[in-house]
Amino acid sequence: MSEPIVWLTIFVLSIFVGIEVISKVSSTLHTPLMSGANAIHGIILLGAIIVTGTADSTIAVAVGLVAVVLAAVNMVGGFVVTDRMLQMFTRKKPAARAESPAGEGR
Amino acid sequence: MTPTWVQLVYLLCAVCFILALKGLSGPRTARAGNLLGAAGAVVGCAVVFFYLDLEHVPQILGAVAVGSVAGLVGARRVQMTQMPQMVALFNGVGGGAAALVALLELEHMVEGAGWFDLAATAFTIVVGSVSFSGSVITFLKLQELMTSRPVVFPGLPVAFGGALVGSVGLSGVTVASPSMAVGIVLGLLGLLVGVLLVLPVGGADVPIVISLLNAFTGLTVAAGGYVLGNTLLLVAGTLVGASGTFLTKLMAAAMGRSVVNILFGALKGGSTLGAGEASDRPVRSAGPEDVAILLGYASKVIVVPGYGLAVAQAQHTLRELVDVLGARGTQVDYAIHPVAGRMPGHMNVLLAEAQVPYEQLKEMDDINGEFKQTDVVLVVGANDVVNPAAKTTPGAPIYGMPILNADEAQQVIFLKRSMRPGFAGIENELLFDPRTTLLFGDAKDSLGKLLSAVKSL
Repeated sequence: MSEPIVWLTIFVLSIFVGIEVISKVSSTLHTPLMSGANAIHGIILLGAIIVTGTADSTIAVAVGLVAVVLAAVNMVGGFVVTDRMLQMFTRKKPAARAESPAGEGR
Repeated sequence: MTPTWVQLVYLLCAVCFILALKGLSGPRTARAGNLLGAAGAVVGCAVVFFYLDLEHVPQILGAVAVGSVAGLVGARRVQMTQMPQMVALFNGVGGGAAALVALLELEHMVEGAGWFDLAATAFTIVVGSVSFSGSVITFLKLQELMTSRPVVFPGLPVAFGGALVGSVGLSGVTVASPSMAVGIVLGLLGLLVGVLLVLPVGGADVPIVISLLNAFTGLTVAAGGYVLGNTLLLVAGTLVGASGTFLTKLMAAAMGRSVVNILFGALKGGSTLGAGEASDRPVRSAGPEDVAILLGYASKVIVVPGYGLAVAQAQHTLRELVDVLGARGTQVDYAIHPVAGRMPGHMNVLLAEAQVPYEQLKEMDDINGEFKQTDVVLVVGANDVVNPAAKTTPGAPIYGMPILNADEAQQVIFLKRSMRPGFAGIENELLFDPRTTLLFGDAKDSLGKLLSAVKSL
């Protein structure tokens, strides 16, 4: 590991950024925001790929692949479900009604 | 050592995530923000194949495909009413993945790793497991596969405390002498902590817990990033951990509760353990025709939609009714309580789905002053958010929660299925008020009948 103090610096600064960027969110957007943040931590997929790709025993590879599947569900599902929610917010002009989602959950 | 160009790509991805969260905080930029976040995530994951000499690549790609398809199908199929439990599930599997990643890293660390690395690994295993099992319980509660009431049994506080102390102790053991066996037991203990943490939380409070577990998963990803020496995981996880914690506080504040009270209130007794029985006190009920007259000749109407509206899939019928009333010259607005539905902002999503114009949706603070000049308040499938007990009964579980002042209007109409109390499990005095009229039945049926009755006025 590189200098722990560098990591600590990144960590602390990220905390402040994380709070600052969402500090003015209206309650209307709490649900999509939670869902979007949820999708972002799906980036653990990156970690899952690394540990699986460098694993040496069969069991470790198997466990790693399970982690990859779970992480991919988190990431892909999270972003898609957030987009579905937000799609409904952006479509408010009557003119845009023609392209209302065909067959999407009612 | 990670090459510089990869570090730069990671930095770019981290900026994408920051802009994504920033974008998600405003209605105009939200969708673009989310897409930017997705782009960052895809680039971040793709780049690893180009700089690391990975083995088992075909299997990994296969697993990514399986997970992506599962996530895609789940996200596309889920009904908007079931959104909260879907988010919980996605969050849970993320936590589970983080715990497994840390467990595998522990194997590499067995010989001669620094104590801080080991502590971070133990943390990831425990908290990731908590997030996984806790999210599964919240899913079961919201999907009503188990009771949504708080589950409390006599030994629960002791068991919870024991599991918590046990996992802290075992984390210590992991730092002193790391082994896979200890790591696995640590994960199992984490699962137990998660279950015991969420069981005593009542259905109405579950969304707050989802948000909290979301923040937990963020922190585990951050710790996992430190362990793997990956800056992108560290930054992304920390961002989610910090913003998730802050969001949890915002949500709890909207309900007038503290996070501690939500988590442990039931253990102290009282809290959200309501009677849950139907009352047989007399109320005034009326048929659709009478209610249509009340609505049709009102000059100002406020609609208070709740989760019952969404369950009955009646939001489209409601919008038609509001359109007809509007055409008759009645001024109609929707009053949206911050926690209407099952998650903050959930009701806005549901009404947006029914193409209700965004301008008609009024937030609580903006509309609460208008109830005094309102002729009729139409409450559809909501209960707790207009319960005056929040203002008048200090012992009530919802006491202190800001409510919509429906009780200040001239007339109140409730569309209800039955006299059963709302999600918080307490009776609503407003139902027995002389100015209140009840129309019993399924929300969609009742609204359909109201619609044709108003049309023929």
